[in-house]
Amino acid sequence: MNAQHTLDTAPGTAGRKEGMRLLARATLAELTAAWEAIADKPDVAPVRGPETGLVMVRGRIGGGGDPFNLGEATVSRATVRLSTGEVGHGQMLGTDKERARYAAIFDALFQNDAHRPAVEALHGLIAARLDREDQRKAEETAATRVDFFTMVRGED
Amino acid sequence: MYVAVKGGEAAIANAHRLLADRRRGDRSLPSITIEQVVEQLGLAVDRIMAEASVYDRSLAALAVRQARGDMIEAIFILRAYRTTLPRFGYSEPIDTAGMLVERRVSATYKDLPGGQLLGPTFDYTHRLLDPSLIGDEPVAAPAMKEPGEQAMRVSDILDGEGLIEGDGQMPGGHVAGDLTREPMEFPMPRDLRLQALARGDEGFLLALAYSTQRGYGRTHPFVGEVRIGEVEVELDLPELGFAVSLGTIRVTECQMVNQFKGSAKQPPQFTRGYGLVFGQSERKAMSMSLVDRALRTDEFSEDIVAPAQDQEFVISHADNVQATGFVEHLKLPHYVDFQAELDLVRRMRRDHEAARAGQANGMKEAAE
Amino acid sequence: MGTQSQIYAGAFADPVFAAQSVFRTLMDSFARPGTIGRLSTQSSPPSPLGNASGAVALTLCDQDTAVWLSPALAKSAVSQWIAFHTGACVTEAKDEARFAFFEKGAAVPGFDQFALGTQEYPDRSTTLVVEVEALTGGQPLVARGPGIKTEIVVAPKGLPDVFLDFWTANRAIFPRGIDLVLTAEDSVLCLPRTTKLERE
Repeated sequence: MNAQHTLDTAPGTAGRKEGMRLLARATLAELTAAWEAIADKPDVAPVRGPETGLVMVRGRIGGGGDPFNLGEATVSRATVRLSTGEVGHGQMLGTDKERARYAAIFDALFQNDAHRPAVEALHGLIAARLDREDQRKAEETAATRVDFFTMVRGED
Repeated sequence: MYVAVKGGEAAIANAHRLLADRRRGDRSLPSITIEQVVEQLGLAVDRIMAEASVYDRSLAALAVRQARGDMIEAIFILRAYRTTLPRFGYSEPIDTAGMLVERRVSATYKDLPGGQLLGPTFDYTHRLLDPSLIGDEPVAAPAMKEPGEQAMRVSDILDGEGLIEGDGQMPGGHVAGDLTREPMEFPMPRDLRLQALARGDEGFLLALAYSTQRGYGRTHPFVGEVRIGEVEVELDLPELGFAVSLGTIRVTECQMVNQFKGSAKQPPQFTRGYGLVFGQSERKAMSMSLVDRALRTDEFSEDIVAPAQDQEFVISHADNVQATGFVEHLKLPHYVDFQAELDLVRRMRRDHEAARAGQANGMKEAAE
Repeated sequence: MGTQSQIYAGAFADPVFAAQSVFRTLMDSFARPGTIGRLSTQSSPPSPLGNASGAVALTLCDQDTAVWLSPALAKSAVSQWIAFHTGACVTEAKDEARFAFFEKGAAVPGFDQFALGTQEYPDRSTTLVVEVEALTGGQPLVARGPGIKTEIVVAPKGLPDVFLDFWTANRAIFPRGIDLVLTAEDSVLCLPRTTKLERE
């Protein structure tokens, strides 16, 4: 598989991977607003999908042992090509093909120098929202933590 | 000769129409939305996802609405739907240690790193019907507190002393099997058993788990840890050469710790049963972990003396879609089958009566 | 080494209807061994995979079907093209493959090197998709068996000389054995393992 990494030519694989993680969690409103804000929109051609399918989610025996198949989850994905040449992939849990298509578009735009700042702004927006949500959940859970105390009964 | 009988088309169409009417119920009441089911009947949705073995809240909510609240029918519908979808691949194994924990309790250690986090639990409620829920009274927002340290896994605490077996390892070179791809064969390795248990019927597993506690299969279990929360699902994309996150799912994990008095090969130690289930379902995860441990008879040279230890019995009957299909098919037309049975019974009856008459005659003759 | 355009281009424009149409042609062709089925839809896979073979791959391969490629195909962009558009993984083990693809003129190894299925699951065998020079004009062979009323003459051009020996050996292990799809231009000719072939 010598050609496996040929497509991975976008600057900053780590940045792209993190961007895809965030785009998978973007709401349709966040994606459409960001798309509307782009001034010189390239044309978008579908390469694969958008389509919905299944991914078999694997767990580990005992939590950290060898893998086993837990059950499937619905996943929607899309691959698009921009008129400027970049190919982008979008994939996320659920059946929302429109979100998957937008995620693919923004993954493609991320590889274009002119558009990257706008995509990074979108990434920042999503990341900030996720941080707020996670923080709220963590604080709500923390409030249900048991504080044990010892009752002293009698004189000695 | 085979004679096909047709008919009932109009009756079936009208029955479906009547079903739709009864499903909708009183038209003067607003119809329930999928979002309402997802938000307000979340644990029913979780159970459908777990037993259909498909993680998708909206589809599970749709299924239960379509099924008028019949859980097994809803599970069946969702299972049927999944067969229409292509498989994109296998995820990277989820990391439950890195979970965004919403609940974590341990029955073995009071003070453990991360603490006892009760989360949204029914435990310690009075189980009294709450009349305030008849109406739509406002509900207070949750309390908030600064989060503490990450909840470490209880099995790691015991592991430090070497008193507990490690996480499960399969023999070298073993590739995890997939029930959705290969027919079942027994004996079944532990990875496949866990897949079957994870989608098994909650009631069946609960009853089996209960049976182990009542003495049908010796166990002395403790909940090392139950944790509920969100974990990330990552999929490797061959076209990119790296794995990307697809989002998060909520799972429930149970580490059940069992005392083991040792064997010729192993010193006395704690052994473990493992439960992992889609959604929030402590009862299912705990039952699964008890049954998982009970089924590991060959690893610990234990005799099979109880139903919960018999993997062919447990695994073959855990799936409620299979079970309901076979039980419920009995109501379908068996007219020809039954006609044949009827003929057979009539013939046996004639033979029986003839034999009796012959016997009576014989006795009469003998008496004369 | 494959380029983006080679890998991402050339799949069906309308995947659902195209795959249904190709599937129908393949099903009919397997049901009537020896007849030539013309594909109404085509793909343009990376060279040296032929268009008809590409359409067969897009229609039949998926995540659950490991694919083996002839050495020349394995070296080309075809492996990534198949992986991306069908989800199938490419295997180097012939006996693990559900499908095996050969470009025009490729050497075809003995059929028994591929998966032959088991007595319990004879379906778990490899289907070979072999592109030939033409589906007519070669050495005539008489085909008999299920799906053929009396007999039919097939004459694919460009099969290796040992083909008939391979096929006869394949017939001998029935119900196990491989199935064969011959492709050329925009057409297919299918030979299920039930078909008997003899020199005219």
